[in-house]
Amino acid sequence: MKTMLKYMRAAHWRLFALTALFMFIQTWLDLKLPDYMSDITELVQTGKATTGALLHLGAYMLLCAVGTTLMAITSNYTSARMAASFSRDLRSSIFHKVQTFSKEEIDRFSTASLITRSTNDVVQIQNFVSRGLRMLVRVPIIVGLALVKISTRYWQWTAVTGLTVLLVLSVIVILIKYAHPRFRRMQRLTDEVNRTMQENMTGMRVIRAYNAEEYQMNAFETANFNLMDNERKARSVMLLMPSTNQFANNALTVAIYCIGAYPIMKAGSPGEQLLIFTDMVVFSTYASKMLMGVSSLEMIFNMLPRASTSAERIAEILNTDSTIVGGGYRGTEADADRKGGSIEFRNVSFSYPGTAATALKDVSFRADSGETIGIIGSTASGKTSLVSLIPRLYDATEGEVLVDGKNVRDYDTDVLRSKLSYVTQGAVLFTGTVASNVSYGKKTGFSAGASDAGGTGTASAAGPASGTDAAEDPEKTRRIWNAIDIAQAREFVEKMGGKLKGVVNRGGSNISGGQKQRLAIARGVYRDPEIYIFDDAFSALDYKTDRTLREALKDNFEGATVLIVASRIATIRNADRIIVLDGGSIVGEGSHEELMKNCNVYREIAYTQLSEEELK
Amino acid sequence: MAKDQYSLGQVTMRTGGMRGGRAMEKPHDFKSAWKQILQYGRAYRLQIFVILFSATTAVLLNLFGPNRLKYITDEVVKGMDTGSMNMPAVIRTGILVAGMYLLSAGLMYLQSFLTTRTSTGITHDMRRDISRKINSIPLSRLDSSSFGDLLSRVTNDVDTISESLSMSAMQMIRGIVTFIGCTVAMMITHVPLAIVALGSSILGFLFMNVIIRRSQKYFVLRQRYLGEMNGHIEEMYAGHIIVKSYNGEDDSVERFEDINEKLYVNNYMSQFLSGMMMPFMELVANLGYLAVCVAGAMMTARGMISFGTIIAFIVYVKIFTQPLGMVAQAVTALQSGAAAAERVFMFLGEEEMDPETGKQKDFTAEKGEVAFDHIRFGYTPERTIIHDFSFTARPGMKVAIVGPTGAGKTTIVNLLMRFYEVDSGSISIDGTKITDMTRANVRDLFGMVLQDTWLFEGSIRDNLIYGNQDATDQDVVNACKKVGLHRFISSLRDGYDTVINDAFSLSSGQRQLMTIARAMISNRPLLILDEATSSVDTRTEQIVQDAMDDLTKGRTSFTIAHRLSTIRGADVILVMQDGDIVEQGDHESLLKKGGFYAELWNSQFVNAQAI
Repeated sequence: MKTMLKYMRAAHWRLFALTALFMFIQTWLDLKLPDYMSDITELVQTGKATTGALLHLGAYMLLCAVGTTLMAITSNYTSARMAASFSRDLRSSIFHKVQTFSKEEIDRFSTASLITRSTNDVVQIQNFVSRGLRMLVRVPIIVGLALVKISTRYWQWTAVTGLTVLLVLSVIVILIKYAHPRFRRMQRLTDEVNRTMQENMTGMRVIRAYNAEEYQMNAFETANFNLMDNERKARSVMLLMPSTNQFANNALTVAIYCIGAYPIMKAGSPGEQLLIFTDMVVFSTYASKMLMGVSSLEMIFNMLPRASTSAERIAEILNTDSTIVGGGYRGTEADADRKGGSIEFRNVSFSYPGTAATALKDVSFRADSGETIGIIGSTASGKTSLVSLIPRLYDATEGEVLVDGKNVRDYDTDVLRSKLSYVTQGAVLFTGTVASNVSYGKKTGFSAGASDAGGTGTASAAGPASGTDAAEDPEKTRRIWNAIDIAQAREFVEKMGGKLKGVVNRGGSNISGGQKQRLAIARGVYRDPEIYIFDDAFSALDYKTDRTLREALKDNFEGATVLIVASRIATIRNADRIIVLDGGSIVGEGSHEELMKNCNVYREIAYTQLSEEELK
Repeated sequence: MAKDQYSLGQVTMRTGGMRGGRAMEKPHDFKSAWKQILQYGRAYRLQIFVILFSATTAVLLNLFGPNRLKYITDEVVKGMDTGSMNMPAVIRTGILVAGMYLLSAGLMYLQSFLTTRTSTGITHDMRRDISRKINSIPLSRLDSSSFGDLLSRVTNDVDTISESLSMSAMQMIRGIVTFIGCTVAMMITHVPLAIVALGSSILGFLFMNVIIRRSQKYFVLRQRYLGEMNGHIEEMYAGHIIVKSYNGEDDSVERFEDINEKLYVNNYMSQFLSGMMMPFMELVANLGYLAVCVAGAMMTARGMISFGTIIAFIVYVKIFTQPLGMVAQAVTALQSGAAAAERVFMFLGEEEMDPETGKQKDFTAEKGEVAFDHIRFGYTPERTIIHDFSFTARPGMKVAIVGPTGAGKTTIVNLLMRFYEVDSGSISIDGTKITDMTRANVRDLFGMVLQDTWLFEGSIRDNLIYGNQDATDQDVVNACKKVGLHRFISSLRDGYDTVINDAFSLSSGQRQLMTIARAMISNRPLLILDEATSSVDTRTEQIVQDAMDDLTKGRTSFTIAHRLSTIRGADVILVMQDGDIVEQGDHESLLKKGGFYAELWNSQFVNAQAI
């Protein structure tokens, strides 16, 4: 938890101090109330209780009560603001941090874990800051003030009160010790129940095909029962808490009254008796307030472990720095003409961070501006690893990757990535419209304005938010349609309600896999880059669409360098050059015909896909 | 007070704080939803009776306390006046009161203990019923896109109901009993003072209600922005590569900050307003306290009441303000519980597959002849996909189904396995209509290898013997040797007992081979193969292909082909286009025909220029 305090800024501390101050006044006023009560008691007992005197005291009491409420509201406001602004800033820090991460850090944390850390864990911290911290401030104030008020009175009362407080505290500690591991297990068991049900859903066809419904239901029932059993045990124990609190509170009041009876009896004069009596009434009020404060500590004990786990998980993100930092090179005059696009690998070796196995071994090749290069190989032969080094999703372990003769590490990452379109296999679309997805991203370059229709240069050209403007900009609309045409997506885009303004749901869940892939390709085309990288981007398409699409793309590639990673030979057989990868090394390079003649691996791949006579 | 905090802590713990704010969700029909929830309670009738009884008794005992307290006070005051106190009476009463409190605390615990048992029991039963339901709903319903959403909501909904039951129902019962009991007790003790106390409390409560209603808006907004925020974060993280390589960071951050700011405002406003509840409750309590003190003192001064009455009333007022808040909170939670329950019951009310009593259960396909007779089928009544399809697969025949993506190749499988029922016509195996057998019987006849290489979390062995629990270890090893997995599995530390889960997963090729081995072990007379090869590398593909060929020997098989090159050996090729079977015949005859198949076949070899 301490780690989180580091992220409290001055503004948060100010609000925190204010909260504490208001709480102090609130508690002080709250405890003032019984004092007036004791005055009233005295008036009544001494027979001086005139209506005027009583109303006078009553007015003070009212003032106190209203003051307490006002203070409570104010402190509540400041603490709510503090918690909310703290979580806002924390969330923002995390998000900014993750945006700077490279693929390496993302892989290390895993996307799912990063998501829970930025959402759930932040909420967890916020809950603790808003409720727990408030409580943590309030309890000492209540206990402290109450102690000051009662310490001067009869010692037996203090002793009984102290004893009760100790008792309640130890019950809290014991119960929490017992229940905590069970609550933690409950979380795991809940996940287990959800997982089993999810499994049942996804495997429905197989389950029914093998008549294994009973088997799955039993598996679910086991998880279901364990959850119930564990929950019962954990909750049954924690439920002792309110009963104990209530009993302790009531018993304490009775005890104080009983103990009080003795000194009252022994006291000499009625006046002395009266003094003790009013003390008693006031004392029991203080004591019960104090006890209530102490028992509310239970809530903090409940929240603390969870909150501190969340804090640790968040700190882990904030303390991680991206391994990929951009250089200062922003291109030259020549880049403005978009004559570039050459790629060169010089003795590149690469292994994924944290793994010993090498994904690429001593890879060297050159792709000249305007060339089309096909890359083929079996799974895990290093195809994707190879292309992901170009936009610097990862850095090469050894050797250099050059774009237009310059090491990619020297480039400003924005400038480097503006030179290329990277189209991945699993198409990723964002919430928005067809237009906002196709025109996604921005280009930054030496003078990128020349290629960007918006002419905005380094400014954000188009993101999902501004995508809706497409209709107002005819040039942009034309370019979007052009990209959609090339990607063979016009047919289904026109069928979508709203066409370019057709809504794309979260993750593109409302369009099919093949359609998503085509929109992703359109996005790459719209960017009009010097380098295209298609990482197995055609595999989700059937042969026919694959072919028409590639033919349409060809016209658009004029002058651009194209890298196509494929698993189907048909996709790359007409490339200028084909690079064959096996086990992370280049085992063949040349045209389809050449490779058929002299590359075993290539031939093997070819024969499993095409029949021999067709290949000739 | 301590009680409420307790429940808040628990809620956070359970739901991971995601729904901590609890935006109120209004059910369509509150009453009928709770009526259905209570149906589930029937199994727990006895517990519920004890709960109600102990709650009432505990509250009444608690209320009796102030009455005795009054007695002590009056005794003490009397003692002061007379100079001699009835000490034994004071002690006796003290012990009596303490005993009553102890009993009350015990009953309260008994009540909450049983409530927890009942509510966890009910949610357990609900989950069990959902699980059973999933397995008896027609696939046609499960395949519809909205269904996944519904299910994910349902699991969350059960949690909400559980929360609603254990916390709110308990609070509700206690609140109502306390409210009534406390009013009665006050009235019995002293009517005018009771009116003063009640009046001030109710006034404060009305005011509080206004605040609750106000804050609702912010809760709803907060929940919405929280959802938007989580969605945005999820999308940006999942699409990190694209964001990076298209330089979309600025746009992503801009949108994030926008949502974050809105979330912040609604966050603190909702928290602020809901946080006002407690101070107002306290104000109400204090107002009551004050009114009682002042009015009581006046009455005492005039000798209308004893001093003990004031003391008793102070405690009553303290108790009285609790249930009002409790009930208000409980109503909110009961409503979200009802809204959740509506979805759960909607799900549980889904239509199930037709019952199958009296159908043939142990039909065995001796020969393996499969005949389709004038099949007509459509996924929706408006759109018939298969118009009139007849075809007979002779025993041992290899049937391949080809066609472009989305042509409906899996429809045939769906009909064969009775995942869907034909609209008219019939499918028969060895002359017996599959509709005359139980679905389980039909599926027993088929081995299946699907594109979806589904494995469950469990040991390798359990996954392999999934379709044939009687398989011997030797069967398992033999099958794995055939598909070339045995060496790999043996090299694992736990061998066949290695558990497949998040920590240990197989490559897609290995998964595919696992499913083939599974089909081999299940040893069924008929076979359905959905060729899945795009995710498998070329060498593994060869192994997979060989394993599949081996599997089809001596069995009538239906293969959904994605690679044209692999189906040349099929006895019959069914060519599908736009959901209809347009051509059928073997490879050579189809090529000669020069139809759609020929076009499909040739398209992969056209010498497209460049690329």
